[in-house]
Amino acid sequence: MARFLLRRLLYLVVLVIISTSVAYLLAATQLNPRSRYEGRNPAPPPQVVDAALDALNMNDKTPLTTRFGRWVGQLLHGDLGQTIENKPVNDEIGRRMWVSIRLLLIGSILGSLLGVAAGAYGAVKQYRPADHALTIFSFVTLSIPTVVLAVLFKNAGIGLNNLLGFTGSTKLLYTTGEITPGLDVWSWEGLTNRLAHLVLPSLVLTVVAVAFYGRYQRNAMLDVLGSDFLRTAQAKGLRRTRALVKHGLRTALIPMATFFAYEFALLFVGATFTEKIFGWHGMGEYFVDSVTKSDVNSVAGVTLFVAVLVLIAGFLSDVAYAALDPRVRVS
Amino acid sequence: MNQPADQLPRADTQRAAGPGDERLADTASIEAASRGRLVLRQFFRRRLAIGGLVTVLLLFAVAYASPHLVTWQYNELDTSSFLSPPTGDHWFGTTQNGFDMFALTMRGMQKSLIIGLLGALLSTALAAVVGAFAGYFGGALNAVLLTFIDLLLVLPSFLIIAILSPTFRGRTWLIFVLLLAAFQWMITARIVRGMTLSLKEREFVLAARFMGVPGWRIIFRHILPNMSSLLIIDATVNVSSLILAEVGLSFFGFGVQPPDVSLGTLIGDYAGAALTYPWEFYFPAGFLVVLVLAINLVGDGLRDAFDPNAGIRTS
Amino acid sequence: MINAPLLEVTDLSVTFSSDAGPITAVRSLSYHVQPGEVLGIVGESGSGKTVSSLAIMSLLPPSARVSGSVRFRGRELVGQSDKDLSAIRGRKIAMIFQDPLSALTPVYTVGEQIEEAILVHGEQGGGNRTAARERAIELLALVGIPNPRQRADAFPHEFSGGMRQRAMIAMAIANNPDLIIADEPTTALDVTIQAQILDVLRTARQATGAAVILITHDLGVVAGFADRVAVMYAGKLVEAAGVDDLFYHARMPYTLGLLGSIPRLDAGARQPLTPIDGNPPSLVDLPVGCPFVPRCPLRVEKCQEMEPQLLPLAASGPAHAAACHRSDEVERLEMTSADVFPVPAAPAAGEVLAPRSEREILLDVRGLVKEYPIVKGALMRRRTGTVHAVDGITFDVRERETLGLVGESGCGKTTAILEILNLLKPMAGTIVVLGNDTARLTHEERFAIRRNLQVVFQDPMASLDPRLPVGDILAEPMHAHGVAPAARAQRVRELLRLVGLQPEHANRYPQAFSGGQRQRIGIARALALQPKVLVLDEPVSALDVSIRAGVINLLEQLKVALGLSYLFVAHDLSVVRHIADRVAVMYLGRLVEIGDIDEVFDHPAHPYTQALLSAIPLPDPQKERRRKRIVLQGDLPSPADPPSGCHFRTRCQMFAHELDEARRQRCIDESPALIDRTGSQDRLDACHYATQSSVL
Repeated sequence: MARFLLRRLLYLVVLVIISTSVAYLLAATQLNPRSRYEGRNPAPPPQVVDAALDALNMNDKTPLTTRFGRWVGQLLHGDLGQTIENKPVNDEIGRRMWVSIRLLLIGSILGSLLGVAAGAYGAVKQYRPADHALTIFSFVTLSIPTVVLAVLFKNAGIGLNNLLGFTGSTKLLYTTGEITPGLDVWSWEGLTNRLAHLVLPSLVLTVVAVAFYGRYQRNAMLDVLGSDFLRTAQAKGLRRTRALVKHGLRTALIPMATFFAYEFALLFVGATFTEKIFGWHGMGEYFVDSVTKSDVNSVAGVTLFVAVLVLIAGFLSDVAYAALDPRVRVS
Repeated sequence: MNQPADQLPRADTQRAAGPGDERLADTASIEAASRGRLVLRQFFRRRLAIGGLVTVLLLFAVAYASPHLVTWQYNELDTSSFLSPPTGDHWFGTTQNGFDMFALTMRGMQKSLIIGLLGALLSTALAAVVGAFAGYFGGALNAVLLTFIDLLLVLPSFLIIAILSPTFRGRTWLIFVLLLAAFQWMITARIVRGMTLSLKEREFVLAARFMGVPGWRIIFRHILPNMSSLLIIDATVNVSSLILAEVGLSFFGFGVQPPDVSLGTLIGDYAGAALTYPWEFYFPAGFLVVLVLAINLVGDGLRDAFDPNAGIRTS
Repeated sequence: MINAPLLEVTDLSVTFSSDAGPITAVRSLSYHVQPGEVLGIVGESGSGKTVSSLAIMSLLPPSARVSGSVRFRGRELVGQSDKDLSAIRGRKIAMIFQDPLSALTPVYTVGEQIEEAILVHGEQGGGNRTAARERAIELLALVGIPNPRQRADAFPHEFSGGMRQRAMIAMAIANNPDLIIADEPTTALDVTIQAQILDVLRTARQATGAAVILITHDLGVVAGFADRVAVMYAGKLVEAAGVDDLFYHARMPYTLGLLGSIPRLDAGARQPLTPIDGNPPSLVDLPVGCPFVPRCPLRVEKCQEMEPQLLPLAASGPAHAAACHRSDEVERLEMTSADVFPVPAAPAAGEVLAPRSEREILLDVRGLVKEYPIVKGALMRRRTGTVHAVDGITFDVRERETLGLVGESGCGKTTAILEILNLLKPMAGTIVVLGNDTARLTHEERFAIRRNLQVVFQDPMASLDPRLPVGDILAEPMHAHGVAPAARAQRVRELLRLVGLQPEHANRYPQAFSGGQRQRIGIARALALQPKVLVLDEPVSALDVSIRAGVINLLEQLKVALGLSYLFVAHDLSVVRHIADRVAVMYLGRLVEIGDIDEVFDHPAHPYTQALLSAIPLPDPQKERRRKRIVLQGDLPSPADPPSGCHFRTRCQMFAHELDEARRQRCIDESPALIDRTGSQDRLDACHYATQSSVL
């Protein structure tokens, strides 16, 4: 038994290795870190540039195999190398992933709970006004790209601030960053400030989550509504609502297990657009920056991070499935 | 980036019947039309879906016809009006450089439409073939294809495409479409594989096998046509997914490259100006939302039309 | 009538709206049930029997419109609120459904679900949880589930089909209801399990004193179980009588036709069955008049103008009522089904067949073995065991002979024929088809053999590709084997005529045909290349009872006319009796008995064959009641873990009751071989202590 677990783990590890290597090789061959130095005025002498790039293991004059070998060597020691700004990649990831989590946690949890409840409710009241409202809401929201949604909310927030007279540096709702600089993170003032920074981005996430979960939960619930065991529950004497909630909803949650697992594992990966629009320095921003800044090591590091998380998510989803669906458990 | 597939799919042929099980609707008249016609009839019952289809066609027409009907083209500068709000001359206003916003938006929509449609076609076709072959033949082929699928799923598509974007700078954006499609097909392929596994044991497939019909012909003649509803719906969903994916990439400068424009580049370029020069942002964004919404309505309508139980959903 | 009826249904009507228009599934249905009696409601698909029972409990979807009256102990149920009805459901009226796997919630244990039934009706809205659990365990024991205390914590998918149905019955009787409605409770179960469940129902009835409404399409089940029987057709009752009266003195043509079309297990000589032409009517646009008119040989003008009411017969009195304008005439003339429905002539055998030993062997299977690995688990996929689906079987099929391969689910019969059809080297043993050993076939040889070995499948809906017109479906085998297009088209027309369909329909799609017609198309397709051997996998079990007779007759005719051999797999022994020359009985992957059909059925030697035959209910009430019943204990062992020695010993009635310790040991240690005891070389059985007896 342990042998099979090990074999599967090995397979997953191999996948991670291959994907990270592919990302590294692609980045090393396609990106141009040298351009960062060349663009400066006055242009630094070539030897200086070479030395700087060598230190970072991003010198395009060094053969690819050498660079790759060095990178792998470092990786085996747990070191993901240096970013193009000469900071350790490990530290960057370590720091940024917590920023992302702080950004996403509240919105995700709230959104999933509300979404599941709304979806279940909509399914039960199918074709009535409440259901139509949910359907329209989900539909329209899921048709709007997140970036547009984020911009809309940001502008709405600014508009609200102006309307209520918060035109100075103190605002009701903040649209940039995580906290106003200078405040103590854990003080009362700091906490309320952070909350004010969280409101708008969390709203974006909640809205998207409610739309998504609402839609899928509704479908899962509808599938369950016509099933025989619901009829049996009623035939036993349960009132309709009670049968729906106790037997129907519980069973309809099973297909949602995968979604929950992936969502919560991927919280660390951040939300690219929301971070960009609201100026949070989390993993999502890092994602994009690593390419725009031609930061080869960061690209590889981020790929590794995401790959590991995706696999954890898959594992979590299996666990969640087994927890929710007894048919899947091995006795 | 990848949107997970929608509700649990079902093969078009229903489960095995038993005595006393013939459905009420099974007693259709002998004049019963082919299934395709039946599906179309169901589809046209849904006004929203028709609305969506009409909207898409309209947008298509406008996007491609308008350059021939207006005065300003997307790459022409009007040096006399920079950053002007919508006027009779420039319906959607102008940009900082003097480009006409309407022309830009239309050009952008052309690009988005092509990317969406072509990419979806490629993606669904690839998913169908890979999934069906993996499911039908099993064994080594299945293992290889599954590993390939897993690998692509683990690779961060956004990063890969972003890294490769300089490659197609200056060259045709078709490579971009290929890349987008290349990262879109995997989940559907898995679903197709799952459905092939169950269809494989279906009696009409067994009958064909025992007649001596070769495997590939069985796949294209019996298996794939019987999941056509899944494939059509998947293709439709892919159109909107790909359009949105393009927006995401182009927003950061990784997708469509200048001087070409797409709705994504427009949104990316002018998101910052949304408060000060709203016409630069809200027109392309608005058209994008309407386009995606319309496509999703069509997809939803198709899904309802293919599902014969939709009308008898109990509550 | 001294006692007031327990349940009184008056003019019950149920209408659904559908894409095609309003469908009235139940039309002015009226009947009553006395306390403690068993009413059997019999009908085919579309008769409305299930819908009417759901209407009593108000469990229909909201799109259904119910009118009429249902009185339970004088209290009106139609139109009541969910709250009021919930108090009655599960407490006074309980229901048992057809498919226990889908009828039980997969995420709660069986014990929890039974407890729920008890607690929901507890006094002051909630009883003692512990007391409920004890009662649940008690009930599980009552319905015969071994180790009830442990099994109460198991999930529904961990139970076998029979056990699940027992659990459902336990749930239904938890609160001592006055009325139990059982909707096709045994249809999804194997025959020996069905016998067990019917016994459990009897126990349940005794324990609660409840009346039972038993809804089924199986007349045999009703014959042995019901006190009164009502026959439904097209949403209405067409005949109602005491059980003996209905079976021996039916007066409505439909009932007569139904009784005449059922193949009898105990029928000695083989005669063609009386098929009822046509199909059950579509309920969308029912014409005026009696709905049975298109199929009734006794129809007159009056029948088309006015629908007959369910009226008591002149001679028999109020206990026997029929809905037919001519039922009094039928009664007076004492017509039987053979009088009413024309019996087709038996197909002329042509030349006299040579004795079996002199005929060519078309299919020779020896020691065939097929195993599957079991892979379980989502977290970690691991091989937890091997299913010995086919564990070494040997039989042969000769020219112009029909071999019936029978057994219950899990016995491996379907696996065996799939192995044969694959024409590959088996895991062990040999398969020789038309003189060719499959282990040594080249790809071309295999392809050539396929012309002569064709297959007909069980499910008429799934065996035809819904995307192709019927003509293409029939042409496909010819296309694959290189027949020219012109010849193909010609043959397609021939084939359609051969199976009794019209050649003009070749461009229609399968959905346009009824189940019976689709099965005919499947048969036609199998005959396209003029094969010598036809393998049939349960060809009629998915069809309505009244349609089966027509297809069985067709198979008979074709067999004689075209000189075919059939390898016929079925679980319905009455059908096999009717069409097969020889029979082979399988249990858990092994053959337990094989021989001439009349010999085996009349004098079975193996205990399993005896139990199997005993378990099949006969549509003959008096015979049913007088029969010695052999009810097997327990469930089918898992094919992954079969018992040592004789696979059947764990359930064998002989092992349990008649053998002493020493002889039992032999059954445990030694696998019985298939031995010829009579010296004829054609009658073999696999039991150490085989004794022939008669169970029919």
